[in-house]
Amino acid sequence: MPAVSKGDGMRGLAVFISDIRNKSKEAEIKRINKELANIRSKFKGDKALDGYSKKKYVCKLLFIFLLGHDIDFGHMEAVNLLSSNKYTEKQIGYLFISVLVNSNSELIRLINNAIKNDLSSRNPTFMCLALHCIANVGSREMAEAFASEIPRILVADTMDSVKQSAALCLLRLYKTSPDLVLMGEWTSRVVHLLNDQHMFQGVVTAAISLITCLSQKNPDEFKTCVSLAVSRLSRIVSSASTDLQDYTYYFVPAPWLSCKLLRLLQCYPPPEDGAVKGRLVECLETILNKAQEPPKSKKVQHSNAKNAILFEAISLIIHYDEPNLLVRACNQLGQFLQHRETNLRYLALESMCTLASSEFSHEAVKTHIETVINALKTERDVSVRQRAADLLYAMCDRSNAKQIVAEMLSYLETADYSIREEMVLKVAILAEKYAVDYSWYVDTILNLIRIAGDYVSEEVWYRVIQIVINRDDVQGYAAKTVFEALQAPACHENMVKVGGYILGEFGNLIAGDPRSPLVQFNLLHSKFHLCSVPTRALLLSAYIKFINLFPETKVTIQEVLRCDSQIRNSDVELQQRAVEYLKLSSIASTDVLATVLEEMPPFPERESSILAKLKKKKGPGAVSVTELDDSKREGGELNGGGERAADTAAMAASNASTPSPSADLLGIRSSAPMGAAPAAAGSLLVDVFSEAGPAAPAAAVNNDGFLFVCKNNGVLFENQLLQIGIKSEYRQNLRMYLFYGNKTSVQFASFSTTVSCPGELTPQLNVQSKPVEPLVEGGAQIQQVLNIECLSDFSDAPLLNIKFYGGALQNLTLKLPVTINKFFQPTEMTSQDFFQRWKQLSLLGLGSALLDNVDPNPENYVCAGVIQTKGQQVGCLLRLEPNAQAQMYRLTLRCSKESVSKRLCELLSQQF
Amino acid sequence: MGGKMRFLLLFSRQGKLRLQKWFTPLTDREKKKVIRDMMMMVLARPPRTCNFLQWRDLKIVYKRYASLYFCTGLEDQDNELLTLEVLHRYVELLDKYFGNVCELDIIFNFEKAYFILDEFLMGGEILETSRMAVAGSLEEADTLQETMEEYMSRPAY
Repeated sequence: MPAVSKGDGMRGLAVFISDIRNKSKEAEIKRINKELANIRSKFKGDKALDGYSKKKYVCKLLFIFLLGHDIDFGHMEAVNLLSSNKYTEKQIGYLFISVLVNSNSELIRLINNAIKNDLSSRNPTFMCLALHCIANVGSREMAEAFASEIPRILVADTMDSVKQSAALCLLRLYKTSPDLVLMGEWTSRVVHLLNDQHMFQGVVTAAISLITCLSQKNPDEFKTCVSLAVSRLSRIVSSASTDLQDYTYYFVPAPWLSCKLLRLLQCYPPPEDGAVKGRLVECLETILNKAQEPPKSKKVQHSNAKNAILFEAISLIIHYDEPNLLVRACNQLGQFLQHRETNLRYLALESMCTLASSEFSHEAVKTHIETVINALKTERDVSVRQRAADLLYAMCDRSNAKQIVAEMLSYLETADYSIREEMVLKVAILAEKYAVDYSWYVDTILNLIRIAGDYVSEEVWYRVIQIVINRDDVQGYAAKTVFEALQAPACHENMVKVGGYILGEFGNLIAGDPRSPLVQFNLLHSKFHLCSVPTRALLLSAYIKFINLFPETKVTIQEVLRCDSQIRNSDVELQQRAVEYLKLSSIASTDVLATVLEEMPPFPERESSILAKLKKKKGPGAVSVTELDDSKREGGELNGGGERAADTAAMAASNASTPSPSADLLGIRSSAPMGAAPAAAGSLLVDVFSEAGPAAPAAAVNNDGFLFVCKNNGVLFENQLLQIGIKSEYRQNLRMYLFYGNKTSVQFASFSTTVSCPGELTPQLNVQSKPVEPLVEGGAQIQQVLNIECLSDFSDAPLLNIKFYGGALQNLTLKLPVTINKFFQPTEMTSQDFFQRWKQLSLLGLGSALLDNVDPNPENYVCAGVIQTKGQQVGCLLRLEPNAQAQMYRLTLRCSKESVSKRLCELLSQQF
Repeated sequence: MGGKMRFLLLFSRQGKLRLQKWFTPLTDREKKKVIRDMMMMVLARPPRTCNFLQWRDLKIVYKRYASLYFCTGLEDQDNELLTLEVLHRYVELLDKYFGNVCELDIIFNFEKAYFILDEFLMGGEILETSRMAVAGSLEEADTLQETMEEYMSRPAY
């Protein structure tokens, strides 16, 4: 074989590379700058460069770029190389273009031209180069230019290597721009590639990748590939290890093709045709049998290739969920659990996780529990231990929950820091899901906090509180246990939080000697000074609850509240709580106190926020569907009914001490917690609702946007990929800030938004927006500002259309929460004025001013405001008369324009 | 499903990047982040541990050959064991082309390393699994080259 010198002899390049090597960073930069200047002058020079020099300099630029330096020239020279007739020059040109993709449209036009020439050149090597370039760049522009051309090349009478490249190139374009790749008439001919008996294996391998991807989107169109795939697979599986010549890899016949066939079959349900199904089952059995045969080679490549097919077959078996095969697969994986190859142990643990979720193999997986626990304890490799923990989690059920939770807890004491948080979430979920007696649950969570307090996230301790609140049979036990836990001289702050909350609610249940109210209080307060602000805030709330539970502690607690370090605390939240609680305890009668500080009502039923957090950590699919259903069902049992949701919300807000305690405490603004921006301290309990918060409005907003009538910011929309936040303010015009957040780790491409005013809205609203950046990085957020001018009153909502490419083309349309009341200008007026105008007109919050001392009945709310449209100003008066006893209210609106009062009335009545 | 490679990196024990191939579009910042994270994770692994790691939503498959690490990121459903063999096949092809390939060959002939990879993978999918077929087309490409003499007659620098 050729030696190193077989290069194309770019001596200058080799000299340059060896010059750069082993230089200090500084010297490297110096040398590179010198070279860049040299190249620049050559490119700009009067003398036309020959192809060889051009190639050499372009290659140098590429090398410099790959070293991590910026390159901002040379594109044109690279493009020139594309039209060279010399293969190596063309090749370097294409390499440069593929690596340094440029969005200059003039360049793209030239590049596309060169590609077009090469594609039609009938020279297979040139065609392949061009196809590679298209696949490497893979941009939408490339797809636009070539998506219709490539299927033709794929089915044309060309060399196999060209067909292979065409198949994968098309696949690449399909992934970028599925809308541009229209298979239509080509479909049957592409499927036919699987059929051709004499066809080179390589073409089939490439074609299957394409067909697999296409059939995920249009399974029906490609249905005929199933039987073809089965017969191909059957031929390979039954062939001797040498039959397939060069497609045999270390004595394994066509491993790549086999895996791809098995993967393709996973896009479809088991074949309906009995004969095909029989043949396939035979293949799967043969693959399982071969695993038991002695290896044909000691090389790891042999066993890897063989086992790759085996694991792919097991994936298909799991997909078919067929009992006999599942149990066989499980036994095979069981052997791998003890294999000396770490890779196989890792993969066996991983595959078993999936098997554990099938009802047919769940029991079989469970028989390996001791091996898996042993792996968790003894594996040297953290990624294997992580898989063992995952599997324990997946195989857990009522019968083994106590054992598994105990093992996970003991592992936590020595677990790697990188996986502790996830372990904590898992233990918390299992403890909740399989709790038969809740004292075990409470013990487990408190143990978690004790062992790994730093890794116990908010979700975990919120959840234990939700559960204790909802289950009265465990409240006394919980209070007693936290009391004991708090005795420890050093306990984790999360323990103080749980302790403070639970004693504040249920301290009375255990308040005999030796846990008298004052002892309880002193115990809590002894931790106070070591805690962070949010925890102190929570403790202050616990103290005020103590005053209600135990009037005898009132004097002591008031003293604490009154001291300067509280009432004049530099932290606003703490100061406010101290002041308000002190005042509340001094002014309010015991009855009022008892009402305001009543025991927390049960939390409404909801999916555990811990589960949601785990899902977020591991990505979708990590938690299987059956698990979710289970937890919902079981969550229901322990949460009790959710009828008093609104009440709870109001109470939560009261505990969070929002700035106007009187209003919130009485639960009038039941929507307060929804809108409350969860600031660190104020959100302690509001955050418990975070699950209900963003999810519920998103669903409602898509219908009619009523949730945003009285709110100016919040989450407009959220799904797996994207979150859209909104913030609006009124100043002459309505300014709306849209925040598009990419929730995934991959970039969104071709991101674009358009706002439209359909139908009769066109003359009523004038919406201006700046276009957004077309690329949204993974995890990033971009902002868009809309300026909305109201020309005349309106009732429809403008539509926001969002298109982007994130894995697939996404297209969604939302109603923007632009309602007439957003254009309110508040107006101050006296009682006399108000009623005078009231009489003149035929109806708060929502932008108009809330007026005090206007209505003779203090229970009633009256508001006034002017809606500013370009054409006219519409005066509006509003009167809300609640009747607490009858739980009814009367809302009256009077405006100077009838259509406005009608629309406002619709909007408002939806709010109650 | 339909998993495939998202990127392939070659780097040395000293953390020098020798080859980077991206099969999905990423910004330069994202690429740098991936490179940094991969080196940090992979170089820190003790010997004889398994060749698979989880990183964000990707499976990382890596293998060390002499002084070079070959490291790739897979979408969730792809087959780890077979990917190890993709890496091995690439090493074999490099070896066949350069004859006993070493890190220096890849440094000085980086463009060849890219060309060989292109003959073998496209868009993160395996293009040709036969070693003969790949080597054959590389051979053919080389015959298209002008002779050394032709080059030497031109200015080198």
